[in-house]
Amino acid sequence: MNDSQSTARTSSGSRVKFLIGGLLIVAAVVYLIASSMQASAQYFMTVAELEEKAAEIGDRELRISGAVIGDSIQYDPSTLRLEFVIAHIPGDQKEITAQGGLAAVLHTAVNDPSQPRLKVVYTGVMPDLMRNEAQAIVTGRMGQDGVFYAEELLLKCPTRYEEAVPDQAMDG
Amino acid sequence: MLANIGFGVLVVSFITSLYGIIASIIGVRKNSLAWVESARKAMQITFPLITIVALAIILLLVTGQYQVQYVYNVTSSTMPLYLKITALWGGQSGSLVFWAWLMSAFTTAVTLRKWERDREFLPWVILVGLVTLTFFLSLILFFENPFVRFWVTAAGNQVISMFPPAGAAPLIPADGRGLNPLLRHPGMIIHPPMLYLGFVSFVIPYAFAVAALVTGRTDDRWIRITRRWTLVAWLFLSLGLVLGSRWAYDVLGWGGYWAWDPVENAAFMPWLTGTAFLHSVMIQEKRGLFKRWNMILIILTYALVIFGTFLTRSGVLSSVHSFAQSAIGPMFFGFIALSMIFSVWLLIWRWQILHAEGNMHSLLSREALFLLNNLLFMGILVVVFWGTVFPLISELFTGQKVTVGPAFYERSTGPLFAALLLLMGIAPLSAWGHSTVKTLGKALWKPALAALAVVIAAFAGGIRNGWALFGFLLVSLVIFITLFEYFRGVTARRRRTGEGWLAALFNLMARNRRRYGGYIIHLGVVLMALGIIGIEMFQTETQGTIPPGGSLRLGRYEVTFTRLDIFDANDGRNVARATVLVSKDGRMVGELHPRRDLYFDSMQPMTIPGVRSTIEDDLYVLLVDWQPISSTGVTFKVFHNPLINWLWIGGFVFILGMLVAAWPDKDPQPVPVAVRRGQVIPSRSSGD
Repeated sequence: MNDSQSTARTSSGSRVKFLIGGLLIVAAVVYLIASSMQASAQYFMTVAELEEKAAEIGDRELRISGAVIGDSIQYDPSTLRLEFVIAHIPGDQKEITAQGGLAAVLHTAVNDPSQPRLKVVYTGVMPDLMRNEAQAIVTGRMGQDGVFYAEELLLKCPTRYEEAVPDQAMDG
Repeated sequence: MLANIGFGVLVVSFITSLYGIIASIIGVRKNSLAWVESARKAMQITFPLITIVALAIILLLVTGQYQVQYVYNVTSSTMPLYLKITALWGGQSGSLVFWAWLMSAFTTAVTLRKWERDREFLPWVILVGLVTLTFFLSLILFFENPFVRFWVTAAGNQVISMFPPAGAAPLIPADGRGLNPLLRHPGMIIHPPMLYLGFVSFVIPYAFAVAALVTGRTDDRWIRITRRWTLVAWLFLSLGLVLGSRWAYDVLGWGGYWAWDPVENAAFMPWLTGTAFLHSVMIQEKRGLFKRWNMILIILTYALVIFGTFLTRSGVLSSVHSFAQSAIGPMFFGFIALSMIFSVWLLIWRWQILHAEGNMHSLLSREALFLLNNLLFMGILVVVFWGTVFPLISELFTGQKVTVGPAFYERSTGPLFAALLLLMGIAPLSAWGHSTVKTLGKALWKPALAALAVVIAAFAGGIRNGWALFGFLLVSLVIFITLFEYFRGVTARRRRTGEGWLAALFNLMARNRRRYGGYIIHLGVVLMALGIIGIEMFQTETQGTIPPGGSLRLGRYEVTFTRLDIFDANDGRNVARATVLVSKDGRMVGELHPRRDLYFDSMQPMTIPGVRSTIEDDLYVLLVDWQPISSTGVTFKVFHNPLINWLWIGGFVFILGMLVAAWPDKDPQPVPVAVRRGQVIPSRSSGD
């Protein structure tokens, strides 16, 4: 048996080892992703969609995006119970741009009483960004009472890149 | 006036970089040195030009020219000078200019090196640099012009544009909106530049990889040239990530440091492939393996760098950081698609000649363990990528947008990170080419025993959390292995040279910077892991409303509220500042001042915690109640974060390790013993 043959045999033998090892890792990663998805996937919906699909939702974990109505914010610092109402805003980026940008959409949502609304209850420190017309993304579940119980409350960081013309201005 | 100059220079730099692209293409087609030189000069000219553009923006920011929309958006009169300067990257268009400036600076720096041995690479490196630069310049010029201004037309309409429409007069706001106060934090000031430095630096190894593919050079020359670039890129990216999490910890007030937010993930992904790349190029250098894999990794890293910039700029995914929802999204997407197609096509073309120069035999050899390292990093990348883009995919295919929360990432990446920690300990003990369980076992058993002792001590000390104990085992294992390796190295050296301990240590590191620097970097990583274990598994919290003199208890700590001061600060904010006394086990240990600021120009409140930091833990106190004190008292939320400061200490150790690993060598490296068949080994000069 000459050298090149034995090298070839060793390398094809070890090739199988490496292949198996590699496949094991790939399988492990796929398993991890699949099982974690099961445990923590959240349906991301608008307020209107939630209203539509209310019956099928049940106990599922949801993530809802909406415009905060400032007048509805009620906060008790001693118990850290925060209640507020969010109004429906479109989820589609194109629709938002067509309606004049996120700021405009948030503004109309809050001032239009015909839009679907959702009451949210959250226990925790009220975030600094919480205010009228902020975009809130709440994660949690619908209660039997039609109120959304949020476990997580995210408010969009308002670094403003929109094409807003300033209100205070003077001719120069 | 200044805006017009800035804009003019911007246009000139765009044209120059376009010319440079054409010149370098002509240079390769005609094999003409003159054209390549011309391209090189064009590349170099873009740097002073873009510097002028950036300076123009800074001047506009500092002098408060609020007619310019960008200045209006990110500054206000109450901001201190240094914040006005750094507002250059506080908004979309300015940060794109900053990115372009860095790209131009780095590629220019690369063109200034000695090119005699690698002439054939030059035009391609310039080309890749210029194409990337031109892309960003075109984004700035056509979509995100930082110099557009407010005008009012004769009819009374307000217009935003570069040049005034006929008969329009300038519209100058009395003051700017000011940078969001959440961003006015030292961490937030250096975090974007650090990330950008990391992103842009990774373009250089990619450029050389493309050059190697095009010219058919199958050796590792391109890797050795860009070795320091890769290290530096990786350092800055890592720093940027750590700074970002420090900022979140300091300012966002939820007691955490990483939220698996899409934008955080966007910066994390190139870091993952970059780390894998950093390791696997060593294998190509030492054993001539993984050539194709390294190409794939650097192509991926480049794509992820652009993708990362895209994710933060296009508002495609809803996240806490959604900076913009503008038209540049499709542009980015198109550029990434085109560059990936181009790179993959190049790779396929050269696939055959990039065969390996050896074989991997042993599953426990260093090459095999590095391969495992790469697979694990790729696994984590797949998890993070999947979680980040899943909302888009699910919406595309099912009409229902489904997102995943932090739980998904933690559950999926946890085991993979743990495996990496273990690997970090074992891999340095393995040998190139061949290792067996026996040889590894011999090197491993002493540190393993020591690590076991630590775990037993922790258990005896009352820790029962299984995962935490396992984490401590891994962390101690790696620390002990590192210490043992250093000890062995130093004693071996002393035996040979008779040097003193310190001299032996210094020379040991100097002779093999990569190895011993690598050990320190790994040490930094496990220290960070220690901090993460502490805060993730042992954090406790409490909250309550207390009157002056009252207190809250949390574990061994007691927080006593003494007073609340409310006043206006002179930089445009109202401050509500509480004073609390902290005692531990009954003994007074400090005074903290958690506060709430309200910035008038944006009506933006900001919660700054009062934090007492020690080696073992942080006591983190938040002033929660914003309203003036009611008769029942003031509300506080208190977190106890054990071991958290090891996260930041680990970061420092990391940097130290990088410096050791990347410091230029005084002496030439020894020539590798194995001569690869058919290859002439060039003499190594120290200027590599």
